[in-house]
Amino acid sequence: MVRFLGKSVYKGITMGKVVLFDKAGCQVKRGKIENADAEVARVRAAVEKAKKQLVSLYDKAVKEVGEASAAIFEVHQMMLEDEDYLESIDNIIRTEKVNAEYAVAITGDNFSEMFAGMDDEYMRARAADVKDITNRLVNNLYGHEEIDLNGMEPSIIVADDLTPSETVQIDKEKILAFVTIHGSTNSHTAILARMMNIPALVGVPMDLERIYNGMTAVVDGFSSEVIFEPTEEVCRKAQERIREETEKNLLLQDMKGKETVTKGGQAVKLYANIGSVSDLGYVLENDAAGIGLFRSEFLYLGRSDFPTEEEQFQAYRQVVQTMAGKKVIIRTLDIGADKQADYFNLAKEENPALGYRAIRICLKQPDIFKTQLRALLRASVYGNLSIMYPMIISSDEVRKIYEIVAKVQQELEEQEIPYTLPEQGIMIETPAAVMVSDELAELVDFFSIGTNDLTQYTLAIDRQNEKLDDFYNPHHKAVLRMIQMVVDNAHKFGKWAGICGELGADIDLTEEFVRMGVDELSVSPSMVLRIRKRIREIAF
Amino acid sequence: MKTFNYVIKDEVGIHARPAGILVKEAKKYQSKIVVIKDGKKAEATKLMSLMGLGVKCGDPVMIEISGEDEETASRNIQAFFENNL
Repeated sequence: MVRFLGKSVYKGITMGKVVLFDKAGCQVKRGKIENADAEVARVRAAVEKAKKQLVSLYDKAVKEVGEASAAIFEVHQMMLEDEDYLESIDNIIRTEKVNAEYAVAITGDNFSEMFAGMDDEYMRARAADVKDITNRLVNNLYGHEEIDLNGMEPSIIVADDLTPSETVQIDKEKILAFVTIHGSTNSHTAILARMMNIPALVGVPMDLERIYNGMTAVVDGFSSEVIFEPTEEVCRKAQERIREETEKNLLLQDMKGKETVTKGGQAVKLYANIGSVSDLGYVLENDAAGIGLFRSEFLYLGRSDFPTEEEQFQAYRQVVQTMAGKKVIIRTLDIGADKQADYFNLAKEENPALGYRAIRICLKQPDIFKTQLRALLRASVYGNLSIMYPMIISSDEVRKIYEIVAKVQQELEEQEIPYTLPEQGIMIETPAAVMVSDELAELVDFFSIGTNDLTQYTLAIDRQNEKLDDFYNPHHKAVLRMIQMVVDNAHKFGKWAGICGELGADIDLTEEFVRMGVDELSVSPSMVLRIRKRIREIAF
Repeated sequence: MKTFNYVIKDEVGIHARPAGILVKEAKKYQSKIVVIKDGKKAEATKLMSLMGLGVKCGDPVMIEISGEDEETASRNIQAFFENNL
């Protein structure tokens, strides 16, 4: 039995078999061979198999995340047809009389080094693609099955780290938990785990070489630990706890269809945060009263060019139509800092979190902003849409935004394109916005407090820096006082204020927020029923 | 041998996907098609070597086409650059 502690992303407990998602690949061993033709033929077969895998990955990704994000798998197919790459493998096999796996690995190293040494950041990133196709070939040669969970029992995914393109490949029905060595609590894996209600641990210092497929493991998101090869005693206890949790979750199902209101009769709007159209299912399943934060940047990430007005319009329209009259708050582009897209050509910054991001990009490059606003105003016709602007620090910015919105309205009118002007609110995520929230409340329809950034800016603590974890207190009085101030200022002008950051889902603070007068909480879909239960217990 | 010069207009340059499309186009011809940037050469049928040139928007490139079908290849490849890159 081996235990490791990590950071828990979602409180849940599970037990099952491990599937190792080992990107680093097994160590490729060099071996002498006699028959070079046979090795070359093995490479050909592995390449053909890889192409087929990529075709089906592409199709799957198109359905799940859209064509633009799927394009990477098409590029991988093209790379596998590269003459130089294939020739290099053949040459190494023939001249050095070595096994196919070794020749492929060396070729992959050489080519990825070429890209890694280039001065263009985009091209440097292609080194990862070369490694990816190389690992695919090596795995095919070794006869290792790709993570194809379709025929398998639901499993615990153990990996060094998982990128969005990797998680796409996994059939979500077959995942019991995620356990990764790297990745932050804000990583894509973390967001996905919260969305799916499954335990996940990141930052787990495991030795992957000692972990193998089919091993039994317990993942406990409450104590933040993973236990490989548990003893019978541990297994029995885990099973008991799993049963308890399942019962609790079943009880939560009773919360569906019930109002989110305290015993004292104070109603709270309980909404869900989502990042893509495909998350809508989770929103409906967990009975959220609306969407409090739709992160529109996911339309912009993982592609090679800006999404068109039409693409955006279709996505927004689909969301508001699916929500059928329930509120959908769409946050305008929040790119920059830790969210990057190459085609924006953003310069490297010393302090990206304090840099050119979100509304600042939109105000400096109004063409990008106008495309999104046009799509939003057009989609607004189809349901209950609201727009929310991120990273605001002053009322001047809001006025500038309104000027651009007015221009967009005028253009749509001239072109006789149907639109409506939705409610417009702002994110409160800078201490500056908190301090002038009285001025801002006059101008906008609502506030939504982004506690992740607000906490980082208030405490001057970088969320990504693990060394600072000891200093980071998410319940810091300074942040709580700010929230109170924002709520009070909103109410003074008859506006509503909500919380859409992680703090909103913090069950220990729910009562305090309700007492503060917070009107809305927007949380990960998986937290909706829990928070509703908590609110219904409050005497206030 | 046919040659023509071209300045890349596509804002992402000859990146992965555009490079892949160029490879497909170049493979239609018997002629050898070479893309040259700053003296560095890459055959247009070789994806990684093409990407290895690191051609960006605004970069001037020269294209050399030699072979039996160089007339048609040159005409079509030039049109391809103008439409796609």
